Amino acid sequence: MPVLSAYFAALHRDLLLVMRRKTEVLTALFFFVIVTTLLPLGIGPEPDLLRKIAPGAMWIAALLATLLGLQRLFAADYADGTLEQMVLSPEPLSILVAGKITAHWLVCGLPLVLLAPVIGLQFDLPADAIGVLMLTLLIGTPLLSLLGAIGAALTLGARGSALLVSLLVLPLYIPTLIFGAGAVESYIAGLGAMGHFSLLGALLILAAAFAPWATTAALRISLE
Amino acid sequence: MQWQSLSDFFAMGGYGLYVWGSFGVCAITMIAEPLLVKHRRKQALKDIRNNYLL
Amino acid sequence: MINWFKYSAPSTFYPLAGKLIPIFWTLAAILGAVGLYISFFVAPTDAQQGEGYRIIFIHVPASWMSMFIYCVMAFWSLLGLTFNTRLSGMMSSALAPTGALFAFLSLWTGALWGKPMWGAWWVWDARLTSELILFFLYIGFIALQAAIDDPRRADRAGALLSLVGVVNVPIIYFSVKWWNTLHQGASVSLTKSPSMASAMLWGMLIMALAFWAYTIAVALMRARTIMLEREGNTEWVQHLPDVKEAA
Repeated sequence: MPVLSAYFAALHRDLLLVMRRKTEVLTALFFFVIVTTLLPLGIGPEPDLLRKIAPGAMWIAALLATLLGLQRLFAADYADGTLEQMVLSPEPLSILVAGKITAHWLVCGLPLVLLAPVIGLQFDLPADAIGVLMLTLLIGTPLLSLLGAIGAALTLGARGSALLVSLLVLPLYIPTLIFGAGAVESYIAGLGAMGHFSLLGALLILAAAFAPWATTAALRISLE
Repeated sequence: MQWQSLSDFFAMGGYGLYVWGSFGVCAITMIAEPLLVKHRRKQALKDIRNNYLL
Repeated sequence: MINWFKYSAPSTFYPLAGKLIPIFWTLAAILGAVGLYISFFVAPTDAQQGEGYRIIFIHVPASWMSMFIYCVMAFWSLLGLTFNTRLSGMMSSALAPTGALFAFLSLWTGALWGKPMWGAWWVWDARLTSELILFFLYIGFIALQAAIDDPRRADRAGALLSLVGVVNVPIIYFSVKWWNTLHQGASVSLTKSPSMASAMLWGMLIMALAFWAYTIAVALMRARTIMLEREGNTEWVQHLPDVKEAA
């Protein structure tokens, strides 16, 4: 199927490019770790307090780390003209974009999920809560990549694009933050997280359906 | 009317600072905004005269 | 039958807007005067909140306008992206600063209302928090357009952003309400107003209409200025009486 192979081609290409610059991946990861380390340093090491702020703190660090990674989503391809080639190619642009977004998630989002237990221990979160946190990140980080792609596409080549993307995209991230962190807090409080997970899942499905399409429209606007 | 005197009106039953702080800022911004637009318009007209008229 | 499409070109819309602006200023002044009269002289003193509640006559209309203007911007954005008209983009850009202003006024008056009533300059209730996020959305739109040099591209990018935003606003509002009820339980709501005397409702309604007339007046002024900025090299602009007079 040409559509599927186009998707995997875009995905494969981006991953290949990342593998040649592994330091970029690690930078985002270390950013996540540093930010989560800053919070206890700023707030105090008291275990009860840390346990309380852990879900929100880690989720915010995930937001910021994802934002950092968005710089790389389209900028390099835009600079060397590859992006224009993609727009002109016979493959549907939204499929190629979906492939690139998936690559972004694999590089920026999934590692955060895998790092979460380590950070969670720093905050003295109980193991089951860490599990819930990992699950929320697993569902939520693709959401962040999908929504972030729209912002990255809109600000291609604009002045001050790094900060501008943050300004545009962070308000859109708020529901994900609320449901993601809220799920963990709700679970810890014994109220169950099913409601939060359903909403998070619903948002992911909506975003997966619409964000590539909106990103494609934004790319065409930015490239004309 | 329920205001016994002008000073009553300004005092707003003790809430004067908040009420007038609200209405005041509202008035100031809604006067400043059109003035700023007028200024921008004057600038645009000047630019046209300087750059495009022969 | 008015041929609406006749006015979809800046060259015909410019003089039309010029005639409409004084009408809407007059409307705004009259409605504002009536609204203020009701706010201060007709609406009775509230049993619980005394005179302090009168802030509501700005706070609620400003909130309404900030949300309404965002929807109108989304409408123009949809029109502009669908029909590729220049005017739609100009209208969105013209409306944005006024919308941001009303969002700011809503937050400012909300703080000044909250402090004497609930003891804090800011409370994280669902409505105020959503209003703050709406303010960020406005700033984002303005910043995006400011960062893109080409006006047509800036229009289209802004249009897409406001459409994405308008779809997200209900989701954001719902999530903030959810967050609020989970964390505060019986939360204090700034918007659970005192039981409304009809005079209060009329006051808010008329002030809202006054703000609406004001918005149209200012947005038309700004749209005309945007046309001058962008179309300076065209014949119709150079032959305008406004340009020719007072050299």
